[in-house]
Amino acid sequence: MTAPPYEEDSHLERVGSTRSTRFAKHVLLCLAGAVMLYPLAWLISSSLKPDALIFKDLSLWPAAWDLTHYTEGWTALEQPFTVYMVNSLVIVVLSIAGNLLSCSLAAYGFARLNFTGRKLFFTLMLGTMMLPGHVLLVPQYIVFANLGWLNTYYPLLVPNFLATNAFYIFLMVQFMRSLPRELDDAARIDGCGPFRIFWKVIMPLCVPAFATTAIFTFISTWNEFFGPLIYLTDTELYTVPLALRQFIDSEGQSQWGQMFAMSFLSLAPVIGFFIAGQKYLVKGIATTGLK
Amino acid sequence: MSTVSTVVDERPGLAPVPAPQRRRRPRPRRDRAGYLFLLPWFAGMLFTVIPFFASLYLAFTDYNLLNPPAWIGLDNFTEMFRDPVWRQSLKVTFVYTFVSVPLSLAAALGVAMLLNRGVRGLPLYRAVFYLPSLLGGSVAVVLLWKYVFGLNGIVNAFLGWFGIDGPGWTSDPDFALVTLIVLHVWTFGSPMVIFLAGLRQIPAMYYEAAAMDGAGRWRRFRSITLPLLSPIVFFNLIQSLISSFQTFTQGYVMSGGAGGPANSTMFYNLYLYQQGFGQFHMGYASAMAWMLLVIIAAFTGLNFLMARFWVHYDN
Repeated sequence: MTAPPYEEDSHLERVGSTRSTRFAKHVLLCLAGAVMLYPLAWLISSSLKPDALIFKDLSLWPAAWDLTHYTEGWTALEQPFTVYMVNSLVIVVLSIAGNLLSCSLAAYGFARLNFTGRKLFFTLMLGTMMLPGHVLLVPQYIVFANLGWLNTYYPLLVPNFLATNAFYIFLMVQFMRSLPRELDDAARIDGCGPFRIFWKVIMPLCVPAFATTAIFTFISTWNEFFGPLIYLTDTELYTVPLALRQFIDSEGQSQWGQMFAMSFLSLAPVIGFFIAGQKYLVKGIATTGLK
Repeated sequence: MSTVSTVVDERPGLAPVPAPQRRRRPRPRRDRAGYLFLLPWFAGMLFTVIPFFASLYLAFTDYNLLNPPAWIGLDNFTEMFRDPVWRQSLKVTFVYTFVSVPLSLAAALGVAMLLNRGVRGLPLYRAVFYLPSLLGGSVAVVLLWKYVFGLNGIVNAFLGWFGIDGPGWTSDPDFALVTLIVLHVWTFGSPMVIFLAGLRQIPAMYYEAAAMDGAGRWRRFRSITLPLLSPIVFFNLIQSLISSFQTFTQGYVMSGGAGGPANSTMFYNLYLYQQGFGQFHMGYASAMAWMLLVIIAAFTGLNFLMARFWVHYDN
């Protein structure tokens, strides 16, 4: 089934619909969009208001400004936010590297190489995609504890270097299968082995799939709460979500402004990555959903 | 996939070898490259397969990390059915899943239909609706939700304009879960993007032909859009159910890890976490994890069975 180009079929509905129904559609979409964005706008606005006004002043434009939430909130917890931000960043960067490396190797094997048991392994890989992670939790925790890895980043990082994210393998397999096989054949005739073909021919062409993987990994790792919660105990090692959790524990002080300011700062990188990489994200989730 | 290397094995001049035998012969040289590429994945699979069976074993034991696991047969499972908090956690998770998944899929399909054809500014709209789904699982957004709905929160202020005296959303056991259901529906963007991509694949000529035959909007939706989109509805349904059954962060942050008020946000995995990592009942936690796996597998299996009746595959 081939998809007709978007612009071509768009005239159909235009012909069928009058100017007023189209206008109504836009009004509806704008209203829905405003509802969707309202909580985020409220968050930003509240992070800029004095604490006393947050739940009193309902307008999104602050009646009085208080920028100290950002400077004071940055150092309000046990460690300065610099520590949490750097920790999160280190974990995110290494997780992206691990996923790109290990998943692309596995994906090339599944997409292009022929070996005994390939179908079985591929099915097994798809099966792990559906497996709820909590089934593995307790034994994995025990193994990590015995390795002396509690309160380190290894439990959060090492699995990413072992291609445990079947979703990304699947995404890359789909992408590699869409590349013409003639490229491999030509390289093979020129004397390239599978590793050279992978490195010189396939890898450079897979950049869009890698971009999708990198952005998804960024967002999921940046937001990841459960893993850090069970594996990290020292506040120097805390990631941003764990740091934010500390605000719940110290709720009595009603430092809402600081909490909202730091919450917004924790969301900002995700929003930034989303704006920069929207194309890859949308393509990525669309292709995995369709095939 | 055709096997390129079979050609190389042919030796001209020798008597032809029976084909089936040749297929069975192991191919160490050919296999080696494939296995090398999969080496990290194999290591990772060890890390999946062994814990998988280890947790099945632990499910039948009493284990607190300090003493070696002691075999207790089915006791963990019988205990579960007697445990009121376990039953409550199952109820919370079911209510959350079976209310919020249909609502968010309906919202996703509805907005995707609105955006599908002839809307100017589609990329902007899509971005606005998609963004929340990337933020919905973060601690920051759950915290935000807690205060948007909190006793003095903005939702009650809004309801106040209409003279409605809103409940204490996050402190009232009857409403705490509602706020999290609203949060889930807010993240309908990712199934929406998948619906949008699916809608694009439906050839416009089907609609033209149907319109010429006098089919109205509703009829076109019922007879063209829904059947052709059904595999994608099915995919989204399975995905959403599986992830929704495993909700954790929302319950944890909303209740500060306690599952309150009155266990009304005690999600299944939150209780599992409390049992395993709060009280170190590792055997019980493993049994709970396996029970959830069975429940998820049962619902997924049921969906695959029902799919025969409503999912339409082109080929």
